[in-house]
Amino acid sequence: MPLLTKAAADPAAPVTKTGPDGPPGDGRRPRRPLGRHNLHGWLFSTPFLVLFAVFMAFPIVATLLMSFTDFGARHVTRPLEAEFVGLENYTKLFEDDRFLKALFNTAYFVVVGVPLTVLLGLLVAILLNNGIDRARTFFRVGFYAPVVTAVVAVAVVWRFVLDPSDGLIAGLAAELGMTAPDFLGSETWAMPSLIAMAVWRNLGTVMVLFIAGLQAIPADVREAARLDGAGAWQEMRRITVPLLRPTMLYATVITTIGYLNVFEEPFVMTQGGPSDATLTVSLDMYREGFNFFHMGYASAMAYVLFVVIMGITVLQLRLLKDNTR
Amino acid sequence: MSAPTTTARPVPAQDRPRGRGRVRTPVLYTVASLGLLVMSAPFLWMALSAFKTRRDLTASPPVWIPSEWTLSNFTALLDQLDMERYFLNSLIVAVLVTLCNLLFCSMLGYALAKLEFTGRSKVFGVVLAALMVPGNLLILPLYVLMTKLGLIDTYAGLVLPFAAGAFGVFLMRQFMQSIPDELLEAARIDGAGEWYIFCRIVLPLVKPALATLTIFTFLGSWNNFVWPLIATNDPDKYTLPVALATFANDPNRTVGGGNGMLMAGSLLVVLPVLLVFVVLQRHFTQGIATAGLK
Repeated sequence: MPLLTKAAADPAAPVTKTGPDGPPGDGRRPRRPLGRHNLHGWLFSTPFLVLFAVFMAFPIVATLLMSFTDFGARHVTRPLEAEFVGLENYTKLFEDDRFLKALFNTAYFVVVGVPLTVLLGLLVAILLNNGIDRARTFFRVGFYAPVVTAVVAVAVVWRFVLDPSDGLIAGLAAELGMTAPDFLGSETWAMPSLIAMAVWRNLGTVMVLFIAGLQAIPADVREAARLDGAGAWQEMRRITVPLLRPTMLYATVITTIGYLNVFEEPFVMTQGGPSDATLTVSLDMYREGFNFFHMGYASAMAYVLFVVIMGITVLQLRLLKDNTR
Repeated sequence: MSAPTTTARPVPAQDRPRGRGRVRTPVLYTVASLGLLVMSAPFLWMALSAFKTRRDLTASPPVWIPSEWTLSNFTALLDQLDMERYFLNSLIVAVLVTLCNLLFCSMLGYALAKLEFTGRSKVFGVVLAALMVPGNLLILPLYVLMTKLGLIDTYAGLVLPFAAGAFGVFLMRQFMQSIPDELLEAARIDGAGEWYIFCRIVLPLVKPALATLTIFTFLGSWNNFVWPLIATNDPDKYTLPVALATFANDPNRTVGGGNGMLMAGSLLVVLPVLLVFVVLQRHFTQGIATAGLK
């Protein structure tokens, strides 16, 4: 939101020279029509706006409309023949045990995964920012590397790492005389395994955000605290953590949004199994929409997920922001 | 985050309490190194397993270093899957998406940063809203739309929905705001048109931002999975991630040797990206920090 007000205030900021005959020093003159570029402004905006309208605005509205219809496979080529069914898709959703399970699984993934990712990211950031002087870049590159890789490829790798017979973890456990669980084949262990992989992959993003946040804390604030006799723990509690709050908020919000949409990990690693233990809302929606072609029903799922995402984001912004005051 | 701070950092005399640093440092390095080991273990396991024979792949306890190095996983993979084509598809789509984004995002970024026009703040509001729309809300009607337009299984169908990302607009606008207005006014007075100013003055000044945008867009497209999965039926149009996931989930895939081939395939998808990342890593962290801190 501050961005919006900034944009609105912008026109006042630039000091433009008013033309060849205007004296070049007295910049702050009332703006002449010369300063306005309506035609060019809109011409330069056109490509983005056209693409936005066709591939984003239209689908957003279309998904909403579809969610009130019985849109099915035969309507893909004749969309206008879909019949209006009112709220039927939505009422069906909340009687659909599989969808409720998917909602629960997604919540599980978020509630466990987000705090783990954010806290571990914070720890690594503090470690690499304050404790490590030599080979800093090396460490950062190492912790960030999973972020740049394709989820599909690393999910394939993790599936092999967790494989009960030939996998790395099973092998290491066997060497210690233990038996590793069949991680992805067990209803208990499948979801924690997916969470572990998500934390591993997204840690780097959070770390980079926190390192930037840590470096934005002025050195003299820390120095003043030290002169006043603050120990390392006090410095952490009273200076570092409070000043990192905006970063914490941003990191939590983007991680939560990402995790609520989780799709590739279960798609590749478990196909939603065993017995739907890792079926997430996105995966359920994909199946309903593109395997069974219940596209109206899937659209309703998309909107429910969207409302949940918006609600949680607003809630997080409220909760975490108010504490700073 | 720049190089000088890492190498030429002065002795941290008052940076931390005296005496403690000497004991603490080795411990911290050990912790960080262990963390790094855990983080890189899956990559090492992948890279080494890609060169293992079937015997090493199924050995228990696991062997890290192949007892006998082999390329058979790669040859088998290239035999069974048309990897060259998938690689080419991914590359073509990523290059087209990147070029479109470079042009369209910097155009709008320029308009939002430097051209005053009626409705500008509304357009910027659209960009901010677009940043927050999840893909799940779009894919169902997009599939119908692309089917109606005959764009399923075409490059256009894979490129168009990603041709102008809101993140890119945001990034370009941020950078372009720092260009002095006087420079642009002077060019206007000299009779330069807006398109000329944009191409000859503005774009050369924001090369670092264009580099950051190139990296992020290319990577996003290279790693993109959901839309290519939906928008392609013909295996000849699969991108690398779609081909890899389809192969990984194929129940007919031979079980034992399959893991070696899968690791070889993952390596082919991941390695180019990791190499580019290591070479250009500074742009990544800067790009994230810019986007993150507004």
